[in-house]
Amino acid sequence: MPPDLKTAAPSALPDAAATTTALRLKDWMPPVNVLGSLAALLAACLFFASQSDRFLSGQNFSLILQQVMVVGVIAIGQTLIILTAGIDLSCGMAMALGSVVTTKFAVDYGVHPYSAVLCGMAVCMLIGYINGALVTSIKLPPFIVTLGTMNIAFAVTQIYSEAQTITGLPEALTFFGNTFRLGQTSITYGTVLMLALYLLTWLFLRETAPGRHLYAVGNNPEAARLTGIATSRVLLGVYMVAGLFYGVAALLSVARMGVGDPQGGQTDNLDSITAVVLGGTSLFGGRGSVLGTLVGVLIVGVFRNGLTLMGVPSVVQILVTGVLVILAVATDQLTHKKG
Amino acid sequence: MNAKHCIAMGLFTSMAMAATAAEPVIGLITKTETNPFFVKMKEGAQAAAKQQGAKLLTAAGKADGDNAGQVTAIENMVSAGAKAILITPNDSKAIVPAIKKARDQGVMVIALDSPAEPVTATDALFATDNFKAGQLIGQYAKAAFAGKPVKIATLDLFPGHPIGIARHNGFLAGMGVAGVTTKTAGLATSPDVVCMADSFGDQGKGQTAMENCLQKNPGINLVYTINEPAAAGAYKALKAAGKEKGVMIVSIDGGCAGIRDVKSGIIAATSQQYPLKMAALGVEAGAAFAKTGKKASGYIDTGVTLISDRAQAGVASRDSAFGQSGCWGK
Amino acid sequence: MTTSVQPIIFQARGLVKRYGSVTALDGTDFDLRPGEILAVIGDNGAGKSSLIKALSGAVIPDAGELMLDGAVVRFRSPIDARRHGIETVYQDLAVAPAMTIAENLFLGREILRPGMLGRWLRLIDKRRMLLEAEGHMRDLKIGIRSMKQAVGTLSGGQRQGVAVARSTAFARHVVILDEPTAALGVKEGNMVLELIRRVRDRGLPVILISHNMPHVFEIADRIHIQRLGRRVAVVDPKHISMSDTVAVMTGAKEPGDLPEEAHA
Repeated sequence: MPPDLKTAAPSALPDAAATTTALRLKDWMPPVNVLGSLAALLAACLFFASQSDRFLSGQNFSLILQQVMVVGVIAIGQTLIILTAGIDLSCGMAMALGSVVTTKFAVDYGVHPYSAVLCGMAVCMLIGYINGALVTSIKLPPFIVTLGTMNIAFAVTQIYSEAQTITGLPEALTFFGNTFRLGQTSITYGTVLMLALYLLTWLFLRETAPGRHLYAVGNNPEAARLTGIATSRVLLGVYMVAGLFYGVAALLSVARMGVGDPQGGQTDNLDSITAVVLGGTSLFGGRGSVLGTLVGVLIVGVFRNGLTLMGVPSVVQILVTGVLVILAVATDQLTHKKG
Repeated sequence: MNAKHCIAMGLFTSMAMAATAAEPVIGLITKTETNPFFVKMKEGAQAAAKQQGAKLLTAAGKADGDNAGQVTAIENMVSAGAKAILITPNDSKAIVPAIKKARDQGVMVIALDSPAEPVTATDALFATDNFKAGQLIGQYAKAAFAGKPVKIATLDLFPGHPIGIARHNGFLAGMGVAGVTTKTAGLATSPDVVCMADSFGDQGKGQTAMENCLQKNPGINLVYTINEPAAAGAYKALKAAGKEKGVMIVSIDGGCAGIRDVKSGIIAATSQQYPLKMAALGVEAGAAFAKTGKKASGYIDTGVTLISDRAQAGVASRDSAFGQSGCWGK
Repeated sequence: MTTSVQPIIFQARGLVKRYGSVTALDGTDFDLRPGEILAVIGDNGAGKSSLIKALSGAVIPDAGELMLDGAVVRFRSPIDARRHGIETVYQDLAVAPAMTIAENLFLGREILRPGMLGRWLRLIDKRRMLLEAEGHMRDLKIGIRSMKQAVGTLSGGQRQGVAVARSTAFARHVVILDEPTAALGVKEGNMVLELIRRVRDRGLPVILISHNMPHVFEIADRIHIQRLGRRVAVVDPKHISMSDTVAVMTGAKEPGDLPEEAHA
């Protein structure tokens, strides 16, 4: 009788104690990369707390969350796209166009604020659709496609707004910039929305079939195709959903600044990619967690806030970000050499 | 070739020469196409060109910092027969070789708004004295505070930019900080400056910078901002913290949106600069060079006016109505 | 000589496939009997891969017929073939290395939670997937401890095991394996051969494409020899030598020259 097909395990059948079906606490823990980024974030917080007594307060943390909420929501869309081994350079420009459309519709044409918001989101989703269609049907590399749409969106924004900020917004548009009190701290509604979106996206990616398909398409698109996953539909959907997130970010931007700013969002593409990388997600696709992106976004916000409190010139913040990005990517490569 | 051909050729050539002699070609290259500052500059140049009977060619970089686009524009304009080129350089050092090539071919090159580096790389510079612009609002703030204790936050541009440094240092000199001159390298500081942060001239980033400064020192009562979008962002942050009434914001630029902010009390005082004047003077100089061969030279200060609706004793200023008559943008 | 009265499970007659001026399949026939391991061998250019692609739905033949359980079938895509119960394990395994064994087993066919959660939200029933994955791997006696391991961390043979287990879990009629031992060392190669036997023992016939003659002779019940776009012979490995088989494959020997009992 030929020997059983074995690996290093001494017994052929897994015994009850070692059964793999028990969903333990370990399964709910984020992957190693995210934990590493979280450690970096906590270390930074401890450091800044030691340097300034104005860092460690509920109010300051609420402030940091507010400051990162626009890029934070953009980064959710960017994470989804990067997980499919794509990239989106047009995110910031789409957001700016969406905010200009929303505010111009509301202020200049008197459109009802809710409708104006929907119009802005629709424009962002349209850009997402164009990106996705070009990537899936003509099979152009996402970098090139989104480079093109980035420029187009920028130009359209400038021309449509005549490079003027739109002011005099109706109250409803700035709702998400309003705050409510939690004890001593005032919390902005927009930050709650951002955190809720992160939670929803996390659950979607972990627990649903379409979420897992997204990972498969990024990890091995051929395998995904051969197992019956409609890869083109997944990719198109990802770019459009990302567009929706950029639309939400546009709303948060309008709420935070109180104006429609056509010059906004210009650095958001690189900032969102930085957040994704700092969070341990692989730029090659198929690996990573959206929670890591949240940590990445917070790391940037904490450093900017902490360094200003310390009176350190902002150029140091840029230097630190660069070093962290390299550390994050290097750690990712080293821990996944076999993959 | 017979006599008829000679006459025809002669007529044709003299007509062409007459045409070019009558209509000198002047080029204007701005940093970007869409910034209202440069839109105003272009308008001023077009009006002046019409007046002078000159033909105006325009071009711009693709974005702030695009040097290559401006180099290409210089080359194209020289081939198109431009006698003078007016340029707001995106990169003051990198543009110099292209400028030199144009000047070697007999074209006069004038820098507008920002100098090339070295300043002598161009025939002349027509620009705002950014140090003076800062000084005016510094003097204003000094008079307004009249010796009361002051805690200053500066919302600057970004590291290393000469205009950002000039305006910031001018402001401190105007406030009376000793030892700060046009020759001071880098951003000057003083014990009263409790926070310096970078706004990148952007409203959103200005808001973030102001928030962090307030977190650092809630007692800030005077804010210097590099330009009016940054000031708008600073105001939003102050308002959210309930401090907008007790903190003074001063700024520089004099765009129409900024002047509206002066009128509504958001900005206490701003130094207005005149892009239209820069361009008009430039076109006039270009037309003069084409006619007489005399080149413009040196530095011409195109002027700054302090605009405020709450004048302070001892500091000359004009009100927002005056500001609106000369503002740029919408 | 065997007079086979067994029903033919999977059959092809007169398959033709041309790529421009090149004729890959020139009227190929094919028969697969229930419960057997049929090896398909052929030199380069013999039409081996085109035949397998036609059988697995990856390619639509220009002419000819495919019959499954006696009924004519036309596959428009590999997914179509899969729906008819034919599973293919490709040479590069088609697994997502960063995902777990359980996820790879059910890739594209995830088990959803019952009721609204599954139907509307498409939430995955992770516990059931883990349990069933464990069951499938146990049935094939593949001894990997945790179904939560990432496939990328497995050895080549173990990865092959996962791919084979996936096909066995879902196949109703046929399992096609394309060069399963090609990238493996001796020990792991033998493990995979044993695995293939277990698949057959569970009642699934296996079509095996391989260049590895010793492996072919070790487990195949019959050997389909493809040459110049046609099936030239089907031989019984118990009654023919390896060198004769190779000779027929390369054309050095004519099938007619073989003794009667060599044919199967």
